[in-house]
Amino acid sequence: MAEQPKNFGFGEDEVMLRDSARKFLSDHCSSDTLHRMVASDFNLDRPNDCVWDQALWQQIVDLGWTAVCVPEAAGGIGMPAVAAIALAEEVGRTAFPSPLIATLSATFVLNACDSAAATDALTAIAGGKATALALTNAEGEWDSAATDVRVDADGRLEGLAAFVQDARKCAQFIVSARSDAGVGLYLVSAAADGLTLTPDSVIDLTRDQARLTFKQVDAIELAAPGTGSAAIDAALPGLLSLVAADMVGAGEWLLQTTVEYAKTRVQFDRPLGFFQAVKHPLVNVMLQIDNAKSLTYHAACAIDHEPAEALRLARMAKSEASDMAVFSSSRAVQFHGGIGFTWECYVHLFFKRQMHSQVLYGDAKYQRALLADLIMGKAA
Amino acid sequence: MSESERKDSPEQAQFRSQCQAWLANNHPGKPPVTIPQGALELSDPDAMQWLQQWQKAAYDAGMIGCDYPVEVGGGGKEGHQGIANQEMQRAKTPYLPNIIGMGMAAPTIFFHAQEDVKAELLPKLLSGEHIWCQGFSEPGAGSDLANQQTFAEKDGDNWIINGHKVWTSLAHFADWMILLCRTDKSDKYNGLSYFVVPIKSALGKGVKVQPLIKMTGQTGFNEVLFENLVIPDRYRLDAVGAGWKVAMTTLAHERGAGPLVTPASGGMATEGETGVSVSSVGSLIDLARSHQRLGKTAADDPVLRDEIIKLMIRRESIQQNNRRSAVAELTDHPMRIPLQSKLVSTEFNQDLAEVAYRVEGAASTLNRNDPNAPAGGQWPLAYMNSFGVTIAAGANEVQRNILGERVLGLPKSK
Repeated sequence: MAEQPKNFGFGEDEVMLRDSARKFLSDHCSSDTLHRMVASDFNLDRPNDCVWDQALWQQIVDLGWTAVCVPEAAGGIGMPAVAAIALAEEVGRTAFPSPLIATLSATFVLNACDSAAATDALTAIAGGKATALALTNAEGEWDSAATDVRVDADGRLEGLAAFVQDARKCAQFIVSARSDAGVGLYLVSAAADGLTLTPDSVIDLTRDQARLTFKQVDAIELAAPGTGSAAIDAALPGLLSLVAADMVGAGEWLLQTTVEYAKTRVQFDRPLGFFQAVKHPLVNVMLQIDNAKSLTYHAACAIDHEPAEALRLARMAKSEASDMAVFSSSRAVQFHGGIGFTWECYVHLFFKRQMHSQVLYGDAKYQRALLADLIMGKAA
Repeated sequence: MSESERKDSPEQAQFRSQCQAWLANNHPGKPPVTIPQGALELSDPDAMQWLQQWQKAAYDAGMIGCDYPVEVGGGGKEGHQGIANQEMQRAKTPYLPNIIGMGMAAPTIFFHAQEDVKAELLPKLLSGEHIWCQGFSEPGAGSDLANQQTFAEKDGDNWIINGHKVWTSLAHFADWMILLCRTDKSDKYNGLSYFVVPIKSALGKGVKVQPLIKMTGQTGFNEVLFENLVIPDRYRLDAVGAGWKVAMTTLAHERGAGPLVTPASGGMATEGETGVSVSSVGSLIDLARSHQRLGKTAADDPVLRDEIIKLMIRRESIQQNNRRSAVAELTDHPMRIPLQSKLVSTEFNQDLAEVAYRVEGAASTLNRNDPNAPAGGQWPLAYMNSFGVTIAAGANEVQRNILGERVLGLPKSK
């Protein structure tokens, strides 16, 4: 059996990266700033805004965050997967609107492709080119073989990709497309002729999402027909871990914010947190966050040290983190009482981010159904 | 090579191979008598004696008390107990019977007794020749542990003890007891003191032990009555009035959050030939494969599959939390995970047994003495017994208060 380091691969560099990310994001994306940026308008008929701080993104690129998991040979830093996971946790902690998680996800997929074009795309990412995955069909099936895009004999794409995360913040897309030889992966510029981006109106104010339609769109082949699904599957532990880490960070924000409120809000002459009906569920939130966090680090560490176990461990992490996302956000709104139900309160920003994250790549029960197949064999 | 082996120092690696070599030749084999699921259910003196012989053998081989100093009967090493535990568990040896002695009494004595008392008591405690019990709970002092009414009165160089302890596991075998009691009625917390008390030698002479029967029909715990028991002052641990502080050392170790690693062995199947490990998800999956539900095996039922995998994820979480807890950079508060330990492990075992007995369906109604009871009736029994530990050592509701107050900083619920 392969081995993992005791510290989950969090060496000095990874811890330093995490600490500097935590400081940078808390300095630049306080909940107050975030609320003013994404929630200034509560009109449901508002245009589908994609509000984010592009100047801040440039600073992030300069800090090298997009390059952390790009191999050194492709001009990146070549850190282990836990470095990306550490960043995702900090992004979740501030619900920071950016294409970072999309781009880190794209990095995992490109690392699983074996082509010069993929290496070039990684180099572009290290240089700061925001990249999103367009791997999902209109049904929202989280299956690497399911795509509604076809590639023709000339390598042009036709069809549609749905639920593309942070699409409007990205300059290029990695698209899965089918031909008679199977699924391949293709790189498409956001400015490509024949590509139409239709924004979804999403509940989560801290993300954007879109549907892409392709009409005779020129594309660069990243993974040959028949090899695309395997590349997506190989990257899947990374994709699941990134979302799990985002939920862990957001969960911790929800917990600490609610704890602070429970210490100060007085009813029946006592702070709310005195009452065990409030105290004990908050402890349960903490227990679940710790489970999700340890499982996420374990899965991320497996990507580099125990690749054969990584998918099983990442599904465990996504399962626990998804359940935790629901519980941490529901308790936060509930224990904030009337104010927690308002637009003015910051809690809903994180509540909605957790709602969104928990279903990405399949909710908790979805993960457990697949884990059961993996561990116990398919059901009769 | 396992993860822990890889980080062994040369001295630890040598110790590990010593343990492996010894265990290869000295596993005590199949017990001649029925051994219950845990030490706290021991009631048969023959079973106790057989387990004490095993503990003594493991002690003589240097696998118990390795991290205690040589002067108090230990091995004088550092970071060796965990290795011995891993190897004993890997060898599927029987559990160690002096569980309260090693897990609670030994660290408390080590940190708070005077030197000659340590040297007097710890060697026979670690070897298992002396069984220990814990005199904390009283009829009026359960979750509110500081509400102690058992009273010790100073009489020259002695103390005279009167009072009533309950839920005292292993007292019917115990030579010694760790005792928390009151020495000052005017101060709830600062009026407590802590003693070690020889109870077996005082049976009928100031100490009476009476069995209490558990909801499972098993004995194993007791009430202990003190009537004018006289003990010397040297058996007091730490200062008069410092009992609460000393008790916190005991409780930290009992809840798996103390600095000393408790010797632990185990893995051997208990209760006859059933081969069931009631703390293993693997055993649950095997069980599900051998029971029918809705025309298929229970292992094919999607609802049960979800529950089983959920348990597996919780089991993995416990292991990974323990691993993360040892890495300071990855924990927000040093006690955040250690203080969860008792709570999450006892609730995991309870929920595991609950799912398992439901898997058995109609047959789960059969008591363990029924010849048709599946798996020897171990799962329903484990479920019932699991409440012993979600209640003991500070009910899990108290554990949640402690976590909420000490880790999250919420206001005290009292």
